[in-house]
Amino acid sequence: MLRLENVTKQYGSRLQALHPISLEVPAGQVLALIGASGAGKSTLIRCINRLVEPTTGQIWLHQQEITRLPPKALRRVRRKIGMIFQEYALIERLTVMENVLSGQLGSVNFWQSWLRRFPPATITAAFELLERVGLPELVDRRADTLSGGQRQRVGIARALLQNPNLLLVDEPTASLDPKTARQIMRLITELAEERGLAVIINIHDVPLAQMFAQRIVGLKAGQIVYDGTPQGLTPNELTQIYGEEDWSHARDSESETKVAVDA
Amino acid sequence: MKANTSASHPPYPRWSPPPLIANPLLRWGALLLGGLYLLAAFSTLEINWERVTAGISRSLQVFVGFLQPDFASRWWEIQNGVLESLTMTVVATVVGTALSIPIGLGAARTLVPLPVYLLCRGMIALARTFQEVIIAIFFVVLVGFGPLAGVLTLSFASIGFLAKLLAEEIEAIQPVPLEAIRATGASWLQLVTYAVLPQVLPRLVGLITYRFDINLRESAIVGVVGAGGIGATLQTAFSRYDFDVAAAILLIIIGLVWATEVGAGAIRRRIQ
Amino acid sequence: MPVSVVRGQKVWQRRDRATALKHWLGWIVGVCLLIGCGRIIAGATNWSFVWDAPRQGSEFLGRLFPPQWSYMVELGRPLWDTLNMATLGTLISIGIALPIAVLTARNTTPHPLLRSLGLLIIVVSRSINSLIWALLLVAILGPGVLAGVLAIALRSIGFVGKLFYEAIEEVNPAPIEAITATGASPAQILSYAILPQVLPSLVGVSVFRWDINLRESTVIGLVGAGGLGLQLDAAVNALQWSQASVIFLVILLLVLLSEAISARVRRAIT
Repeated sequence: MLRLENVTKQYGSRLQALHPISLEVPAGQVLALIGASGAGKSTLIRCINRLVEPTTGQIWLHQQEITRLPPKALRRVRRKIGMIFQEYALIERLTVMENVLSGQLGSVNFWQSWLRRFPPATITAAFELLERVGLPELVDRRADTLSGGQRQRVGIARALLQNPNLLLVDEPTASLDPKTARQIMRLITELAEERGLAVIINIHDVPLAQMFAQRIVGLKAGQIVYDGTPQGLTPNELTQIYGEEDWSHARDSESETKVAVDA
Repeated sequence: MKANTSASHPPYPRWSPPPLIANPLLRWGALLLGGLYLLAAFSTLEINWERVTAGISRSLQVFVGFLQPDFASRWWEIQNGVLESLTMTVVATVVGTALSIPIGLGAARTLVPLPVYLLCRGMIALARTFQEVIIAIFFVVLVGFGPLAGVLTLSFASIGFLAKLLAEEIEAIQPVPLEAIRATGASWLQLVTYAVLPQVLPRLVGLITYRFDINLRESAIVGVVGAGGIGATLQTAFSRYDFDVAAAILLIIIGLVWATEVGAGAIRRRIQ
Repeated sequence: MPVSVVRGQKVWQRRDRATALKHWLGWIVGVCLLIGCGRIIAGATNWSFVWDAPRQGSEFLGRLFPPQWSYMVELGRPLWDTLNMATLGTLISIGIALPIAVLTARNTTPHPLLRSLGLLIIVVSRSINSLIWALLLVAILGPGVLAGVLAIALRSIGFVGKLFYEAIEEVNPAPIEAITATGASPAQILSYAILPQVLPSLVGVSVFRWDINLRESTVIGLVGAGGLGLQLDAAVNALQWSQASVIFLVILLLVLLSEAISARVRRAIT
């Protein structure tokens, strides 16, 4: 479904954020991308929808190569890629419904979006999604009045309203408390399973990643240093990804809500 | 999406974005009033179309004037006027600052008793109410035509700006150093010089540079009512349709304002 | 070195010698400049008038009061014109300044050249006072309210445009990224992700400028652009001070009213 071939990213002349990265993600797979801050996780997922332009390499989505697409075609591709952000990235002064509907901006023209005239089917879908993420009664609340967990649910609904095939998730839990973090992760993975989506999740919290992902990819200094099952992630491998540290405790506390690896 | 959800679920309400004003009567009323006002305002503009069409060819002259500004033929007057404007700006900014510091201190509620506060706030309000040109009319009556009236005008107007903003800065400073200095048994003056002024000094310098900038612009217009500066020369040039001379003066003003803005920006960056 | 050793004792000074010297030099240059400027102004002043100021002042006050209240009825139309110049001028300037601000803000400009052009327009508009714009427009279009509206608008474009583009540059980039990621067009990103964020400051700046413009439009009539200033000019030229004092009082009320409105609106939107 998604295939990256030798994707690199160079910032300026010195900083090489990504060394050639090749990765294939089949439909329906939840992949967790772990690694220290600055390892290139954010850059990698932003390269996939070209919020960051990759320097070299190819990205294939459904047999379509997207790194050379002109702006209009790129927008069409982006409409099928949902994205969820760490700080929710909602438009604070708009209502919950307006924020969710922004996921379908690609389907309406400028004046329709200016007047908030979305097709009835889109609005019904938005209502259904708000119910599914558990916020049916907050439709007309302004986004800046919500709690962190509620905001992230709105962010999820916005991304899913796009009817994406692929979900890019950037640190969805980093600003949330442990309980809410688990609820959010569960919601994302459940929804992905219901809809058969491929998901790439950037995440700092290793136990949380092991709990919810089917596959773990470890990134270090812009290179893949681990690619395998959550169970295969031993203290040895963690040392490989994050550097020297006593990892045994992180493994033990897998079922606890403790945040083992902090940003 | 699963088909059965919409089948078993009661239909969702129609959705439209919540309006800015909830009360429909008020919303439509405000819209209607606004529309009526605009209609009335435009219909009373009384545009003299003949004059406007004549103006189009004249605006061409203005444009040509700007392409070929005439600095030479009235150079003596221009030089005098610009020099006067600049000196007025310098003196008025200094005098304005000197007056603004005590008044600004007095207008900070955290430092002074209520009567002093009210007096100083009253002075600030007075200085802020009238546009510079109106103040200039007063001072011209008092001290006669010439740059002194302009200096007095700009100094007075500076108080309304500097003292007000200075007072707001003082009211916003951290109270802890104030308490610490008070605890040492310092006098009011010592309190001001040791705890208050050091904290607001960078902001004060920034405000003074802003005011210098404003004073320079204003010094170019108070001449219209006889208070000195380049304004009178400019008005004469326009009334004689000497657009090339007017253009020369305007270019000098734009250049000076631009130069002070750059200089003021550099100073602000250095002190902050 | 602020701490030095003199005769075996540590002496603390606020500044070391070089800095202290520089400070002194700065002060001396400043004071000389001030004295020079003062001399120029003193030279251009007729001092006999100045010494006469207290008498002039008291006589002036005597002529201002009592105000000729009956003159008030003639001020209805100029008051309406003044209000219109401020309001229409502000509205026009907002309409022009908004696209300029979008072209000028670093994060929305389509091209650096357009940004420079926007900055140039803003600087020119800001450098020239409304009264000077009015002089220019009265010369082109003839005296009247239209020249006043346009003068107010031309001066305000720079002010409003500068504050607008600074507001746009300060928006939170995360929602822009999110809306871009949904495949929205640039116009949609502008209206959906940026506009809601800057709307409060747009309203605040506009009302603030309207407040300033009301003050300005009370005087631009002095050069022929209509409104209360025109009446003031006539009254002052005819030395009808009892009429002028009525005009001053009307201006005072107008300014107090506009300040109250603008303060209320700005409090409401934050």
